[in-house]
Amino acid sequence: MNILHFIQAFFGDSAHWHGYDGIPTRFGEHLHYCLEALALAAAIGLPVGLVTGHYGRGGNTLALIATAGRALPTFGLLVLLVLLVGFGMLPVMVPLIVLAVPPILVTTYEAVRSVDPSPVDAARGMGMPESRILFQVELPVALPLILGGLRSAAVQIVSTATIAAYIGLGGLGRYIIDGLYQRNYEKVVGGATLVAGAALATLAVFWAVGRFAVSPGVRRSA
Amino acid sequence: MSGYFDIPSDLQHSYLGLIGLHLREALIPVLAGLLLSLPVAQLCVRFRWLYPPVLGVTTVLYAIPSLAFFVVLIDYTGQSETTVMIPLAVYSLVVLVPAIVDGVRSVPQETLDAATAMGFGPVRRYLQVQLPIAVPAIIAGLRVATVSSISLVSVGMLIGNQGALGNLLNDANIYHRPELAVTSVVTTAALAILADAALALVRVVLTPWMPRKGATR
Repeated sequence: MNILHFIQAFFGDSAHWHGYDGIPTRFGEHLHYCLEALALAAAIGLPVGLVTGHYGRGGNTLALIATAGRALPTFGLLVLLVLLVGFGMLPVMVPLIVLAVPPILVTTYEAVRSVDPSPVDAARGMGMPESRILFQVELPVALPLILGGLRSAAVQIVSTATIAAYIGLGGLGRYIIDGLYQRNYEKVVGGATLVAGAALATLAVFWAVGRFAVSPGVRRSA
Repeated sequence: MSGYFDIPSDLQHSYLGLIGLHLREALIPVLAGLLLSLPVAQLCVRFRWLYPPVLGVTTVLYAIPSLAFFVVLIDYTGQSETTVMIPLAVYSLVVLVPAIVDGVRSVPQETLDAATAMGFGPVRRYLQVQLPIAVPAIIAGLRVATVSSISLVSVGMLIGNQGALGNLLNDANIYHRPELAVTSVVTTAALAILADAALALVRVVLTPWMPRKGATR
């Protein structure tokens, strides 16, 4: 038996496609955790990154915050929060947000700060207010890099949301954790394949968003 | 319980022993990743067309969740330290390869020409001119890779207590001793921050010609 046999056996079993432990349900739960965590992390990281990047200040502080965020072990934080506040969504969301904010924050800051200054000066010379400079000049030019930061945050969230299963919640991690405890290797490998597939799908989604959202002029020069 | 740092005996390690284990499981992969990414990056610099596909492959590998990576490897390397270290080494590539490529590419053409004119061969030029100038970029990459590696080791707990300090998390659960989880999280974070600071110091030592005031990143 090799990995491919396990994968085939897992996906071939129709019992894995129905009910509360079926792939559609678990996938839906996983997607739900990921979208919520990404939305919250973006709500924190994007505005701060955009504003600090626009004024080009606070880079060292942001680097410190990012290092601290990366240094906190995601899994440890999860277990600790469960012990402190009990089971629920909060112990899953906080580690995922801590994981996702640093890449969003740092890339957004760097992206906005490194925008070519001449169009920004031109916009300012034309009398654009700072907010319009940020949203109509800097943001479109910086968008590919910002999307890159969001992408790596999203991929990390998708792969790490598996730990939610360790504290009894659902998601695709269910298969991995249950399979490990039941010594059901087929289930473990099936779950791992699903999560890896979801992560790759995330890459594809961001690629598509990039094609759609980045203006053609910016894409050509990149 | 006599002391705060007494570790349950099922882990078969003292507190310091766990720290040593944790550092070994986290740092060897980064070192392996660095040794692997130096030649890969050099190939990417030499053959420009190679860079986008290499970047794509490392990004895709990075997308494989650590837990999934671990359990798939169990079939080949068992529930061992190696199983934890291989994925970490692979993950470090996604940070290190671009860092080294950007660093080596940022060396100005005049500098390279000057070295050639002084009679440097390609190997000596790489070792004595390109690499030293690329040191700040490489260290910046190493810092990110090291910090994430240290915090990721803990997940190894899930595959049969291979997570060094992360193993404390399981014990915190089964023995109802939350302070063990606090110890685990705080120590891991402290190790990561210390390693980050140490690498920042290494950069200052390795690049005496650079201004002392903090790194740009």
